[in-house]
Amino acid sequence: MTAILEVREVVRAFGGLRAVDDASFDVETGSITALIGPNGAGKSTLFNVISGFLSAERGRVQFEGRRIDRAQPHRIARRGLVRTFQVPRTLTRMSVLDNVLVAATRHPGERLNGLALRPGDARRRERTARERAAELLTLFRLDGHAGEYAGVLSGGQRKLLDFARVLMAEPRLVLLDEPMAGVNPALGQQLIEHVLRLRTETGMTFLFVEHDLDIVMEASDHVIVMNEGRVIASGGPEEVRGDQRVVDAYLGTAGAQ
Amino acid sequence: MSEPLLEVNDVEASYGEALVLRGVSLTAFEGELVAIIGPNGAGKSTLLKVIYGLLRPTAGRVLYRRDDVTGVRPEQLTRIGLNYVPQLGNVFPSLSIAENLLVGSVSLPRTERRHAVNEMYTQFPLLAERRRQRAGTLSGGQRKLLAIARALVTRPHALLLDEPSAGLSPQAMELVFNKLAEVKDRGIAIVMVEQNATRALALADRGYVLDMGSNAYEGRGDSLLRDPKVTELYLGRSTIASSSTSTSAPSGINPPT
Repeated sequence: MTAILEVREVVRAFGGLRAVDDASFDVETGSITALIGPNGAGKSTLFNVISGFLSAERGRVQFEGRRIDRAQPHRIARRGLVRTFQVPRTLTRMSVLDNVLVAATRHPGERLNGLALRPGDARRRERTARERAAELLTLFRLDGHAGEYAGVLSGGQRKLLDFARVLMAEPRLVLLDEPMAGVNPALGQQLIEHVLRLRTETGMTFLFVEHDLDIVMEASDHVIVMNEGRVIASGGPEEVRGDQRVVDAYLGTAGAQ
Repeated sequence: MSEPLLEVNDVEASYGEALVLRGVSLTAFEGELVAIIGPNGAGKSTLLKVIYGLLRPTAGRVLYRRDDVTGVRPEQLTRIGLNYVPQLGNVFPSLSIAENLLVGSVSLPRTERRHAVNEMYTQFPLLAERRRQRAGTLSGGQRKLLAIARALVTRPHALLLDEPSAGLSPQAMELVFNKLAEVKDRGIAIVMVEQNATRALALADRGYVLDMGSNAYEGRGDSLLRDPKVTELYLGRSTIASSSTSTSAPSGINPPT
C-alpha cells in the first residue's frame, strides 16, 4: 500500500491558539479513513490546510508524492483532491442540476478551440456529463429538484448536493467534512454503501470527519484521532475505540461502557 | 399533559414556487417532548419556522394555548412563552456568555432580567464558570448549551429546537441531550427536529415523521422506534442494530438507559 496523502508536522495557529499542532499522518491509497476528535480538535482546520484554503505555518502536505502545501485550492482540486464543507457552499441562484454540472472536469467546450475544432466531441461530453449528473441526483434523492434553484433546498439537501458535486469531479481523493450531519440516517446508509462501492470499483480514496461512531465503525478501515491539534491515536476502528486516550478525550461515557 | 399547548392545523407553506409544507398538523401538550424526524427536505425546519412566525403559511393555522397565533411575529411569541433555537447562528460569537444571556433576556421586564440570567447560571453551572468567556471560543457542546440557555432565559413554556445534536461529538451530544431531559423535567415543552432520529425518539414522549411536506407517521416515541416501516424508511440499518442493543449491550453512541 502507498500513501496518497502524507501530512507531516503541520502547524497552524490562530493568534495564540495552535489549532493544528504538529500533526502527522498518512492516508493509504484506496482507503476509507476517518478523522475523529472532539469539537475544536483541529479537524476542519486541517482539512482547510490540506485543501489549500489555509496555509500551514510549518510542515508539509504531499498528494500523490507532490507537495501541495503552497498550492491554490483550485489547483489542488484540478489535481484530483476535492473536498466538501461542513456548512455547504451552494450556488443558490443556479439550478440544482447546474450546481452538479459545474464540477465536471476536462470539458472540451470550456475552451474556444475545443469547441470550435471538435464540436461533436464537446456535445458528446456535455451529454455524458448530464447523464452522470442525473444519476448522482437520483442517488442523492435530489432528482425531483433538478430544475429548481438550489436556494430552495433545505440544509440537509444542500449537504447532499455538495456531496454529489464532489463525486461529479471524479477525484482520486475526497475530503468530506461531516458528510452525514443533518442527513437522514436511512439515506446516510445508502450513501455509505455507495462510497464503499466507489472505492471498490474506482479505487477512490476517502478521508472524512464524522462524529457518529456507528458510521465510523461501519465505513472506515482506518481511524485517525485528534485532540487539541495533535494526532493522539491512529489504527483500525476497533483498535482505536478500545484506546484509553481516545475514550478519555473523545468518547467519554458514551463509548466507554 | 391534558391541555394542548401548541396546535398546528393543516399548515401549508412555500418558498417562492416550491411548496414545502402540504398540510401538516401537529400537537404538543404541556411539558411534553415531541420529536420531528424525516428525510432531508421533508419540511421539518420549515415547520418550526412557521410555528415561530419566521415564515407565514399560505394555509392552515397555528394555535398557542387555543389562541390563533398564525403569522404573529417571533418577538411577540417569545413574550407569550414560545422560543426557538435555530441550528446555526444561535449565539453571538463576539459577545461573552453573560452578554449573550442578557441579550436573550430583553423580552423580559427590565427588573427581572438579572434574576433570569442568574437562574440560567444555576441551571447551567458550566456556563456560570465561563461567564466572561466569548461565545466564539466555546466548544461545540458548550456553545449549543449557551444557545439553549439563551432561549430558556425568557422563561418559555415551549421551546422549538432545530437539530440540537448536529455536528456535535458523542460527548457533547450526551451533554446536550441530558440537558434537554432536565429542561423537560422542569415542565417545559420541547418540539425538536432531529436527524439523530433514534436518539430523539428514545428521549421523546411522542414523535412525528414528516415526508414530502406531509404527516407520514406519528405515535409514542418508543412505538415509532419499534415500527418496522419507520425503521426501514427513516432510521436506516445501522440504527436498528444500535437501538436494539441500547438496553443491554454497549454500543457506539448510545447512552446508558
